[in-house]
Amino acid sequence: MSVKSTAAGGPPAKGRGRTSPRGHAAKPRTGEPGLVQLLTPEGERVEHADYAIDLTPEELRGLYRDMVLTRRFDAEAITLQRQGELGLWASLLGQEAAQIGSGRATRPDDYVFPTYREHGVAWTRDVDPLNLLGMFRGVNHGGWDPNENNFQLYTIVIGSQTLHATGYAMGVAKDGADAAVIAYFGDGASSQGDVAEAFTFAAVYNAPVVFFCQNNQWAISEPTEKQSRVPIYQRAAGYGFPGVRVDGNDVLAVLAVTRAALEHARSGQGPMLVEAFTYRMGAHTTTDDPTRYRRDEEREEWASKDPIARLKTYLEREGFADEDFYAGIDAESDALAKRVREGVRNMPNPGTMAIFENVYADGSALVDEERAQFAAYQASFEDAAAGSSAGTGH
Amino acid sequence: MTQTMAVAKALNESLRKALENDPKVLIMGEDVGKLGGVFRITDGLHKDFGEGRVIDTPLAESGIVGTAIGLALRGYRPVVEIQFDGFVFPAYDQIVTQLAKMHARALGKIKLPVVIRIPYGGGIGAVEHHSESPEALFAHIPGLKVVSPSNPSDAYWMLQQAIECDDPVIFFEPKRRYWDKGEVDVSALPGDLHRAVVAQQGTDITLAAYGPMVKVCLEAAAAAANEGRSLEVVDLRSLSPIDFDTIQASVERTGRLVVVHEAPVFYGAGAEIAARITERCFYHLEAPVLRVGGFHAPYPPARLEEEYLPGLDRVLDAVDRALAF
Repeated sequence: MSVKSTAAGGPPAKGRGRTSPRGHAAKPRTGEPGLVQLLTPEGERVEHADYAIDLTPEELRGLYRDMVLTRRFDAEAITLQRQGELGLWASLLGQEAAQIGSGRATRPDDYVFPTYREHGVAWTRDVDPLNLLGMFRGVNHGGWDPNENNFQLYTIVIGSQTLHATGYAMGVAKDGADAAVIAYFGDGASSQGDVAEAFTFAAVYNAPVVFFCQNNQWAISEPTEKQSRVPIYQRAAGYGFPGVRVDGNDVLAVLAVTRAALEHARSGQGPMLVEAFTYRMGAHTTTDDPTRYRRDEEREEWASKDPIARLKTYLEREGFADEDFYAGIDAESDALAKRVREGVRNMPNPGTMAIFENVYADGSALVDEERAQFAAYQASFEDAAAGSSAGTGH
Repeated sequence: MTQTMAVAKALNESLRKALENDPKVLIMGEDVGKLGGVFRITDGLHKDFGEGRVIDTPLAESGIVGTAIGLALRGYRPVVEIQFDGFVFPAYDQIVTQLAKMHARALGKIKLPVVIRIPYGGGIGAVEHHSESPEALFAHIPGLKVVSPSNPSDAYWMLQQAIECDDPVIFFEPKRRYWDKGEVDVSALPGDLHRAVVAQQGTDITLAAYGPMVKVCLEAAAAAANEGRSLEVVDLRSLSPIDFDTIQASVERTGRLVVVHEAPVFYGAGAEIAARITERCFYHLEAPVLRVGGFHAPYPPARLEEEYLPGLDRVLDAVDRALAF
């Protein structure tokens, strides 16, 4: 088993990030040595010693398109929640680069274990966006087939999926397959015991899993300082695998780093932790009110690091995209929004008896009994209604 | 001195009073600080009592309860908030293997005055893990006390009594009743934390319920009264221990009992009550004890919860069946 760093994985925690004498993490700034960046907030292309990327203009336009459409989908979902069509929505606004960059780094045979906010990653896995909306509308708890796109169901309980991803990766290794697994989680989840245990298992079994932490700075109302005294990526060192912090608003850097991390895993070198340093521009969910706990200035500061704007600046500076391209994306966005809007409004409620479906794979006499009792109970109303309407002569 | 307040406000005032009365009381949990909790139960407490006493914790339920145990061992009285019912399970190990048993393990030499507040139950249109009723899983554990208020007055007083209790108390808050208002007499001395009360007197049948279902049972009693039936409603308030004497006295008068809860019927609190009351009241019972509750199925998506949750009709249906015997 090797957990040594590689050129692809970058050196382990040593030398990355700075700590103050008391051990508190210094506030990382974009552009500091510990942060992998290939495209600055101003749209300048920069190089990094450990992570290179060479994309064609078409690939760059593709990433731009992914991010714009994902953002539009997200905005439409927020609107649908406001209109009462969805019960809840967890917006990914601001995290498009972290999700598109990492998602586009995966291969079809890789497997993705998301949280409940990975709408952009789902997009890169060709999951129908409408599938994501069922649980937020309240018609199901997810319901898509995870094996169709190697994209697991959204997991609401914080951090649980990191262990599932690790176990899945252990299975991949046992099978001798060369696929990798990627587990998404957040800065808040990094405090969970399950995540610590996932790190332990992945390290001990050299599982081909990439732990992809989107540090969006806020776990509902709690800033990252409430979760960790050291930058999260540095935790990997204690478990014996490499960790790296990437500018999570830089889609090129996220793509390059995640590709390298997945290749590290696929090539038998075990797990790796990627911390995508980003920002949750919106509320935790539509029920949250961030004005109670964070400053507007902070949000504005992060707005200037917007992942889409910086790629657009780059595309324009290099002459990689023309007006037709942007117009085409606008039209596609409108079509997507329309499809989502209509799809959600036409999403049927499940029948009442769906309550009793899929409780067990092999069935259960107890469930059968309760289903029959409830069906008879419901039928009694229909009988009564039929009786009363007959009685009134209608 | 009587004030009108909602359940959420009553809990907030109760926590404030506990913090004022006892410097050892601490509040711990996710987002309980500046945000005031996702349901605002700790609203304003962080501002007034500081982060030394109203503690935003890392996002780790086992850690929250485990460290609360340590603080209790050191002489503090932690009041822990678990954000939603479905999120308590990482802490279940600490609660069951440590919190519940340490007093016995130490032959009574240590006390664990920890309160774990859990918003529970459905009816708010939430996503998965936000609508569950796991109270039986805790009531089944020796060493834990389990209570659930149904109204603002009980919310106010029972929480303070739970905090004053030297045993660990799992305090289940009916989240869909947070916004229900009622009278709270903040000067009246409360009765025993674990006593049940007759919330509505009646003569034909007894309904026993707790937490969110008490209101449904009271509505059922009102609806039945229109049809000339007299339903007695017992608000259990405590699930461990259970005040069987009060239920027994009621059933001896009415001869019939229906137990109502949101939690699945199978192995639920109703099973224990049915068994005990059958033992105690065998010759008074005119009908078997019936139960109304959740199905043996995962809590459904929000669009189905209205059908899933026992409502007025299902309670009255059970009443009909019990009276038909």
